[in-house]
Amino acid sequence: MVNLKINGIAVSVPEGSTILQAAKLANVRIPTLCYLKDVQCVGSCRLCLVEATGARGLVAACVYPVSEGMEVRTNTPRVRRSRKTTIELILSTHKKKCLSCVRSMNCELQKLALEYNAEEDRFGTDHDLKPIDDLSASVVRDNSKCIMCTRCVAACEHQTIGAIGPKNRGYSKVIGSPYDVSLAFTPCVNCGQCVVACPVGALYEKSAVAEVWGAIVDPSKKVVFYTAPSVRATLGEAFGLPVGTNVEGRMVTAIKQLGDVECFNMDITADLTIMEEATELLSRLENGNPTPMFTSCCPGWVKFLEHYYPQYIPNLSTCKSPQEMFSAVLKTYYCRKNGINPDDLFVVSVIPCTAKKFEVSREELGGYTDAALTTRELAKMIKEAGIDFANLSESEYDLPFGDASGAGAIFGATGGVMEAALRTAAVKLGGDGAPLEFKEVRGTEGVKEAEYTLGGTTVKIAVASGLGNARKVLDAIKSGEKDYAFVEIMACPGGCVNGGGQPYVHDEVRNNVDLKTLRAQALYDYDGERNIRRSHETPAVEMLYNEFFGSPNSAKAHKLLHTKYSKREKY
Amino acid sequence: MSHIAFEGTKEQMKALLSCISAHKGEAGALMPVMHEAQNIYGYLPAEVQTVIAEKLNIPLAEVYGVATFYSQFSLTPKGKHKVSICLGTACYVKGSDKILEAVEHELRIKCGECTPDKKFSIESCRCVGACGLAPVMIIDGEVYGRLKPDDVKGILDKYLQD
Repeated sequence: MVNLKINGIAVSVPEGSTILQAAKLANVRIPTLCYLKDVQCVGSCRLCLVEATGARGLVAACVYPVSEGMEVRTNTPRVRRSRKTTIELILSTHKKKCLSCVRSMNCELQKLALEYNAEEDRFGTDHDLKPIDDLSASVVRDNSKCIMCTRCVAACEHQTIGAIGPKNRGYSKVIGSPYDVSLAFTPCVNCGQCVVACPVGALYEKSAVAEVWGAIVDPSKKVVFYTAPSVRATLGEAFGLPVGTNVEGRMVTAIKQLGDVECFNMDITADLTIMEEATELLSRLENGNPTPMFTSCCPGWVKFLEHYYPQYIPNLSTCKSPQEMFSAVLKTYYCRKNGINPDDLFVVSVIPCTAKKFEVSREELGGYTDAALTTRELAKMIKEAGIDFANLSESEYDLPFGDASGAGAIFGATGGVMEAALRTAAVKLGGDGAPLEFKEVRGTEGVKEAEYTLGGTTVKIAVASGLGNARKVLDAIKSGEKDYAFVEIMACPGGCVNGGGQPYVHDEVRNNVDLKTLRAQALYDYDGERNIRRSHETPAVEMLYNEFFGSPNSAKAHKLLHTKYSKREKY
Repeated sequence: MSHIAFEGTKEQMKALLSCISAHKGEAGALMPVMHEAQNIYGYLPAEVQTVIAEKLNIPLAEVYGVATFYSQFSLTPKGKHKVSICLGTACYVKGSDKILEAVEHELRIKCGECTPDKKFSIESCRCVGACGLAPVMIIDGEVYGRLKPDDVKGILDKYLQD
């Protein structure tokens, strides 16, 4: 252990710790900007500078190691002056359109500028506006707001994609894809981890808000929303509620107050996915079709596979994602049953994900979804409608797509799809007394493996979240080192609860709180309270098979609930 | 990706691939491979960067980032005739920026680029030690001094002939 003092407070930390880590233990706050826990630690922004004995000048707390007897000062006039100047220099090349910025009131730079009394024009303003790249279906880049922190680059590298990087040098340096290629034509998988990593408004999702408002006021349209499993666990954060608050009831009330709309529960098509996917898996095992079978719920993962591991396309489940299953059900079964012309039904999915926006544009899925809103966009609409979210009363989802199983709800966390599948498979293979909970696949660890014997059949399974971990699993399968029957993969670390469309979280929280675990816990708690906890017991799923699809993997199910994939070039 | 079509030979590709396999697996393989690639091709075309990225398992964005960070790397081919204008202090004071402008105007390309027929490329350089002749332009090693912008057309015309 190393003993040091921070602003006179004695702390003892393990050798190799940084000043920033030691300061956290001493409860001393040091501002950061380019630092992002688990993603980037490079000491380039110079906001975390502190005075330390033994060092020549001011040192970057996020990278400077502690030493025995060191005395650190984080709050001297010299330190404050340095931070203020650094912020003012950053502001000199930043497009200061703060009032209309997507990140206003939620921007790390704005927050620091306010704390350090920075003047926005001390060093003038660079008026050269850089082009905005909005060709991608998911992510918009406005480099005039970029502050070169490279958090987005680190997030993309963390995902082992590397679609973006710094280009050129000095004043002409910008962050983006090689040459002047738009992000739309790169191996970007649309996961949006760059968006949630960005401290300012340089990256944001391609908004569908205007389109949805347009449909709501269009008298010829009937508008239906459905919400993805994890949105209930995160939407509250956008309204100041603690991380991990389940706001399902208030969310449904808020959506219904946006206008004359209905609100359904996407957990139902998560349950439907289990029915289709489990049936597919059993038939693969029986017919000797390629295994392991990979889940296909996550459009970021699907595009990743198409770019980087096209040889495994035959292993990808042919099931559409729950979003696309729901939209297909609405535009066919629901329209027919209610005598609605499918062209007059406007289907809005609310998802924690930017890749789902890209998925909407995939032609082979049939174009059943009209708009996909991220959790952030829904929050924006609720605010725009003047709704006092925190104090809303609770409502239930509309029928016939209201009640679903707890298994469908845990789809929002890594391991959730696998556990949901195991719950149903255990009953189908083992009958009465089948286990309900499979805790080995829970938790935020990058790769999880387990082996279960269900009614005499032994299955080896793996679960990975984060594309770097997906690569590890795929490479182990490729080399023959590992052999699984079924593998669940989610592109975002921790799964959808940590998706690229989730509310922005201030660095202060993100660097100190385990978001993934707290948000996932809200889903597992919800699951624990449900009466129905297995997908095949969900009444709406039984209704869909009885009235429409016949049985899982029937011809009609194949037509509407399954899809195909194709190899993609990187550029 | 570049306005001049890439024309690489099989020999060049063979040389590139053997250079890549010689460095593969090393930490920091990218820089030596890019240096060698530029020696082989004279510049770093997008196609070559793509091969380097694929074979070394490095994102193209990173290869491109390195290529555009160091001024020694060139993304455009060099022309048959390399026109170099000195922008060192003495030449600059004597108006070499105007000479560069005249060359750019005459060849309809910018400094650092190559004409579509690959006949000429323009680059700038710093002091060539001929300050007494400022401003100075060098074409294929031949030095032209005490230039005025009006001289440029006549000089370039000589090279246009062959």
